[in-house]
Amino acid sequence: MTQVQTITGADPHYNYGYLDEQTKRMVRRALLKAVAIPGYQVPFGSREMPLARGWGTGGIQITAALIGPSDCLKVIDQGADDTTNAVSIRQFFARVTGGRTTEKVDEATIIQTRHRIPEKPLREDQILVYQVPQPEPLRKLEPSEVETRNMHAWEEYGLMQVRLYEDIARFGHVATTYAYPVMVNERYIASPTPIPKFDNPKMDMMPALQLFGAGREKRVYAIPPYTRVRSLDFEDHPFTVQTWDKPCELCGSRLSYLDEVIVDDQGSRLFVCSDTDYCEEQRQANASEGAGA
Amino acid sequence: MNELLHSSLSGAQQPILQVERMSRFYGERVGCQAVSFKLWPGEILGVVGESGSGKSTLLRCLAALDQPTQGDILFSEQGEWLNIPALSEPKRRALMRRAWGIVHQNPRDGLRMGVSAGGNIGERLMDAGERNYAQIRRVASEWLARVEIDPDRIDDLPRHFSGGMQQRLQIARVLVSEPRLVFMDEPTGGLDVSVQAKLLDLLRALVRDMGIAAVIVTHDLAVARLLTDRLMVMKDGFVIEQGLTDQVLDDPQHAYTQLLTSAVLV
Amino acid sequence: MEMIKVCGVSKNFTLHNQGAADLRVLDSVNLTASAGECLVLQGESGAGKSTLLRLLYGNYKCTSGEILIRHDQQWIDIALAEARSILEIRRFTLSYVSQFLRVIPRVSTIDIVSGPLLGRGVSREVAARRAGDMLLRLNIPQRLWGLAPATFSGGEQQRVNIARSFIAHTPIMLLDEPTASLDAGNRDVVIELIAEARRSGVCLVGIFHDAAVRDLVATTRFDIKTAKQPEAA
Repeated sequence: MTQVQTITGADPHYNYGYLDEQTKRMVRRALLKAVAIPGYQVPFGSREMPLARGWGTGGIQITAALIGPSDCLKVIDQGADDTTNAVSIRQFFARVTGGRTTEKVDEATIIQTRHRIPEKPLREDQILVYQVPQPEPLRKLEPSEVETRNMHAWEEYGLMQVRLYEDIARFGHVATTYAYPVMVNERYIASPTPIPKFDNPKMDMMPALQLFGAGREKRVYAIPPYTRVRSLDFEDHPFTVQTWDKPCELCGSRLSYLDEVIVDDQGSRLFVCSDTDYCEEQRQANASEGAGA
Repeated sequence: MNELLHSSLSGAQQPILQVERMSRFYGERVGCQAVSFKLWPGEILGVVGESGSGKSTLLRCLAALDQPTQGDILFSEQGEWLNIPALSEPKRRALMRRAWGIVHQNPRDGLRMGVSAGGNIGERLMDAGERNYAQIRRVASEWLARVEIDPDRIDDLPRHFSGGMQQRLQIARVLVSEPRLVFMDEPTGGLDVSVQAKLLDLLRALVRDMGIAAVIVTHDLAVARLLTDRLMVMKDGFVIEQGLTDQVLDDPQHAYTQLLTSAVLV
Repeated sequence: MEMIKVCGVSKNFTLHNQGAADLRVLDSVNLTASAGECLVLQGESGAGKSTLLRLLYGNYKCTSGEILIRHDQQWIDIALAEARSILEIRRFTLSYVSQFLRVIPRVSTIDIVSGPLLGRGVSREVAARRAGDMLLRLNIPQRLWGLAPATFSGGEQQRVNIARSFIAHTPIMLLDEPTASLDAGNRDVVIELIAEARRSGVCLVGIFHDAAVRDLVATTRFDIKTAKQPEAA
C-alpha cells in the first residue's frame, strides 16, 4: 500500500483534490475518450459537489481530476479573477490541494474559466478547463436528446445551418453573439460555451488542451491541441467578431474584448478590458514605458 | 416537318427499383404480402385500395420508414443494386436525404413549421453542403415560383400559408435536391377539390420534367387516373391486379377491381 | 406501309359482380391498316367497334391474339407490351380521339391544345401560335382561348379536343365518333383535317355514326360483324 503523502497546507479532512481516486480515474477515462474524439460529448458520472449545479461543478470536477502538486491554478469568471465565484473556486482548490494558485496566465498550468478565453495566447503545457451550462449546441433547435444524438452520429447538421440562414433572412446578419456554434475537426458541431464570439478564433489551432465540463448535464468534451475549430457561417456571410469604437479606458488596448460599465446615474459608460490579468499587464507595460521614456 | 423526338424504347433502360416478394407481417396480422414489381425512371406508379388494403404499409416499407419481414427492395444507385432493408442506418439516411423524397399527406409532417419557406426549401441544399447564402435564396425563389407560390413569401412561415400552399411548399422542399425516386402518401388528401386538380397537374408536370420515378398511394381513383402511368390494386395485403392505369380502370379483370371502379364516377 | 396488324384477336368481358356473366364481344378478328389509309369500322351498335378501337390503343386488354403496331420502325405487340412501352407508343406514334374532352380542370384552352407540341419539344411561342391557328380553324374564337373548356358547350369542347388531337403529327390516329356533337360546318373542317392527315401519311382508323361522313373519309371499310378483310371503298 502506497503512503499517501501529506501535502503541506492541504486540508487533511478531504482527499487530495476533493474527489476520491476512483472518481478521478472515471473522469480521466472520460476525458481520454473525449480527447480521442474531438468535439464529441462523452457522458460521465457527474458527482454531487459542495456547490449547486449551475455554478461550475463540471469544470471543478475536471480540474479536481487533473490537478497535482506541480500544478498552478488560475480561475477566472467572465475574464475576472476577483469575482465572488472565481475567488471561491480558487480558494476551494487551495484548500483541498494545498497547491499554488495565481492570477497570472503565464504562471498557470491549469486555467478554469467561465465564459471567456484569456487574451494572452496559451502554451502547449497549459490546460484550459471550460465551465459548460449546456453542452448540446443543437438543443435550442431540437429539444429531443434522442434526435440530437442521431444528428451528431450521422453528421446531419443541416438544421444548424438553417438556423443561421433564418437569422440572416430575418436580421440581415447572424444574430448570435455568444455561444456561437463551432465545427471541431470538421466532424462534430460543439458549443464553445457562452464565450463571446470574439473569442471563437482563439480556439482554432490552440497549443493548449481545451477541456469542457458540464456537471448538471453530465457530459465532458475536448479539443486537443492544434485542432481545427471553425465557426459556422456562409461563404457570402462570413463569421466576423465584435469591434469597439474606443480602446480600454484603463490600459488603452484596442485588441481585447471590452466590457461596458455604467459609472453613474446619468448612464455614462466606460469600456474596459474583460480580462483583468491582461489589463493589468498592459497597464504595467505602459507604466514601465512611461518610466523609461 | 417531323417533330418526333427519338424514342427511347430501343435503348433498354434499367429499372430504378425492384421489389421482390416483399411482405410485412405484424405477428399474425398481414400488413402486405408477396408484393413484386419493377419501377423504371420517369414512371409514376399508383397504389390504390381501401383502408386496410396494405397500401400504406407497402409505401412505408418502400420508403425505408419500416422494415419488411421478408423480401428484397433493390434500389439502383450508380449502376449497382442496393438492398434497402439491409443497408446500414447512416447509408440509408444519406440515401433518403439525397436520392429519395417523401411527400406526406399532411404537409405539417413534412415541413418545419417554425422555419421560413426559404429555409424549408434550402434545408436539403444546406444538408448537402451548400454554403452560399445568395445561392440558397436564388434556388429557393426559383422553386417557390415553380410551385406557384409568390417568391415574395420566401421569408414567411408556413403556418401563415393555406393548406394547398403548404403542400406545394412541401413538394418544393422535397424536389429541390432532385431526387430520383419520390414517395407520396395521398398528396392531395385533405385539400379542397378545386385545389386538388391544379396540384395534381403541377405534380405531374414536375415529375415529368425531372424524369422522377414516383410511387403514389391513394384511395382516390380520380387522382390515380390523372397522375399515374401504372396502377397496382391492393386488397387484404395482396396486389390483386396491376397494369397500365387506364387499362386497369377501364377494363378491370379482377372481381374486386371491377367493384372498386364501378363504385366511382371516374 | 403497314402500320397496324391485328391477328386473331378475341375479347371477352367477365363481369364478376353480375353473376360472372361472360360476354364475348370480338371473336378472332384479323385486320390490317396502312399509312395514308382511313379505315372505317362498320357495324351495329354494340357490335364491338369501340372495343376494337380501345384494344388497339391498349386501353382494353385482349383475351387472345396479337395487336401489332409499327413504332419507330419496329413491330410492337400491344397485347404483351409493358406499361411504359405502351405509354411511349402513345406519346409518339398512336393517338386516340374520343368523343369527350378529358382534361385536367382549370387548364386554359390554349394550353390544352399546345400541350402535345410542348411535349415534343416545340417552343412555347411556336406552340401557342400553331394552337391558335388550329383553334381558329375550328371556329373557337380567341376570346375563349384563355378560359378552361369546362364551361364550353359540348360542341365547343369537342372542337378543342379535335384541335388538340390533330395539332401534332402522329403516325396512327384512332378516332371514336369525333364528329358526333358537331354541326355541319365544323364537321366539314374535321373531314378536311382527316384528309390532310391522310395525305401526310397518317394511318387512321375511325368510327363515324354518320353515313355521309363515312363516305367522305373512308378509303377502306371493315365490317365488325363479318370480320371481313378490308374492302376497297
